[in-house]
Amino acid sequence: MSILVGKETRLVVQGMTGREGGFHAERMIEYGTNVVAGVTPGKGGTTHLDRPIFDTVEEAVREEGANTSVIYVPAAFAADAVMEAAAAGISLVICITEGIPALDMMKVHALLPAGVRVIGPNCPGVITPREKAKVGIMPGHIHAPGRVGVISRSGTLTYEVVWALTESGLGQTTAVGIGGDPLPGTRFVDALELFRNDEETEAVVMIGEIGGTDEEAAAELVAGGYPKPVVGFIAGRTAPPGKRMGHAGAIIAGGKGTAAEKIEALNKAGIPVADLPGEIPRLIRDRIGG
Amino acid sequence: MKIHEYQAKALLKEFGAAVPRGRAVDSVEEAVEAWRELGRPRVAVKAQIHAGGRGKGGGIKLAETEEDVRSAADSILGMTLVTHQTGPEGRLVKKVLIEEAVAIEKEFYAAVTLDRARGCPILMASREGGMEIEEVAARNPEAILKVALHPLAGIRPFEARSLAFALGLHRFKKAEVLKEGIRTLTALARLFLEKDASLVEVNPLAVLEDGRVVAADGKVNFDDSALFRHPEIEALRDEAEEEPAEREARSAGLSYVKLDGTIGCMVNGAGLAMATMDIVKHFGAEPANFLDVGGSAKRKRVAKALEIILADPNVKGIFINIFGGIVRCDEVAHGIVAAKKELGIEVPVTIRLTGTNEEEGRRILEEAGFAVGKSLNEAAEKAVAVLK
Repeated sequence: MSILVGKETRLVVQGMTGREGGFHAERMIEYGTNVVAGVTPGKGGTTHLDRPIFDTVEEAVREEGANTSVIYVPAAFAADAVMEAAAAGISLVICITEGIPALDMMKVHALLPAGVRVIGPNCPGVITPREKAKVGIMPGHIHAPGRVGVISRSGTLTYEVVWALTESGLGQTTAVGIGGDPLPGTRFVDALELFRNDEETEAVVMIGEIGGTDEEAAAELVAGGYPKPVVGFIAGRTAPPGKRMGHAGAIIAGGKGTAAEKIEALNKAGIPVADLPGEIPRLIRDRIGG
Repeated sequence: MKIHEYQAKALLKEFGAAVPRGRAVDSVEEAVEAWRELGRPRVAVKAQIHAGGRGKGGGIKLAETEEDVRSAADSILGMTLVTHQTGPEGRLVKKVLIEEAVAIEKEFYAAVTLDRARGCPILMASREGGMEIEEVAARNPEAILKVALHPLAGIRPFEARSLAFALGLHRFKKAEVLKEGIRTLTALARLFLEKDASLVEVNPLAVLEDGRVVAADGKVNFDDSALFRHPEIEALRDEAEEEPAEREARSAGLSYVKLDGTIGCMVNGAGLAMATMDIVKHFGAEPANFLDVGGSAKRKRVAKALEIILADPNVKGIFINIFGGIVRCDEVAHGIVAAKKELGIEVPVTIRLTGTNEEEGRRILEEAGFAVGKSLNEAAEKAVAVLK
């Protein structure tokens, strides 16, 4: 078992003929992901990386049975790409694009049909190593099949933690990059719910950062009863207030969203928070053995 | 992106909110001229900087006579205004707003911002105007009334009306206060949605003795990601208000925030960049900056990033932390070597490099005389040890 992506994934790549989309589509195919089609309006009828390209997502669903979409289209058009995928019947939309206006994402959330899950935007994607399914931009080779679920607002910091898990032999079940934007489609609480009943996942790591209150909401959920150990890391202890730290969502605003508040909330819920990313494997082993 | 009060008020007015009559000027002569144009009333002379707390710092003065206006403008223009939001270095005042002083009966607070937890815009208002909203939120959260707005429907008449009643705007002697208040609240919400703002704040929202409702102050911030579709907003940018190094980094496509420490940090990825700062602190030093070279760290960007870090005179050592995924370590290594040749790096540089093409990157750097670590903790300890 796994969550979100796996053997059942039939992936359509929106923006596959672009530079980013093409590069990453090739990496995903190499890794073993079942990429069934690409979509680039105006390039329908051609092929790319031996996959058919369609003008619309609707055709990719009808002709190739796509059930998952990954989006590499530029920020100005990305929210529309999410809506197109949802309208075409795709149930999981993973949006890699960074820099989508917040208002566009608010509109997406207001209009999204029930049953459609969005991951991101501004995220590295989702990977399930055991089933060789990689949907996003993360380097595949640092991952290994294992016992730990990973949820993260960051990109390279996730790789750091994933690599530490791989080196320690713990590996990952699924690593979910929920993204660094202020309005993510899937939040910590949602991803924790997905891991709750996943049999292979013995523990969950959540990698948070300054800004917003999603880590606090996750702490509340865990405090209310969660069947497996959760370990945390929070980036931005040294971040000054009022300054955006790269990610659009990483900002301490009105004195709210500090690392200290989040660490306190997690600790209160019984979630240990690592001071250094390298401590995470030990914190997990202390709880699940092995 | 932030803008000045006078620019915010012009936008509020465009969307139907009333603001006091006034004009922004950049010389004493113009200040006097603006005062005459207004009909020689009692005016407020207000420093225009991108920071709050101006009154306490001496950046706002009342003036009634030509002599007063002249001396107020003369003392504020060119001053370095220090407030709780500017930091100890303060900000140089280059413009003042000359604005008709208004007779206020009651001050309210009103704002529209993004509610991240609910995922929609939120219109907030309070009867405790003139105070900082964080203070009210901490002391008396029930005093803040909130209406969640639908991002597509915008503000609906009943929403503005209910909020106006809840604020008690119907209890003023002058009947027009209610209607004017509704119009102002509507203007705030429309400005937020139509211009992709991240904050529209009017504090105080003033009910005047004559029954008018005006935005006595105004603050508007914009979503940086949406500026591409609002050239008219981008045109309001005042680059002098931005940290020069941050401005330079932005135009090079780098994300940089200057801090007060001594260890310059160059990292790929925002989350890892924050974590790297924290690790520097964990081992006993202070980071000099946040810097994300981005997901496609090409050699030119790497060299530019190092140039920006080295321009900070506080930097006593540099810590480079690269986790090569999509970014190739050899490409980053070439950038570091190029920067060394061009800039002549004199402070110690500690490099942690791991991931894609790591061996090649390591070889390039070691040939150029750099020491390269693989473990993050060891490298961070070493980077910090250069200070001792």
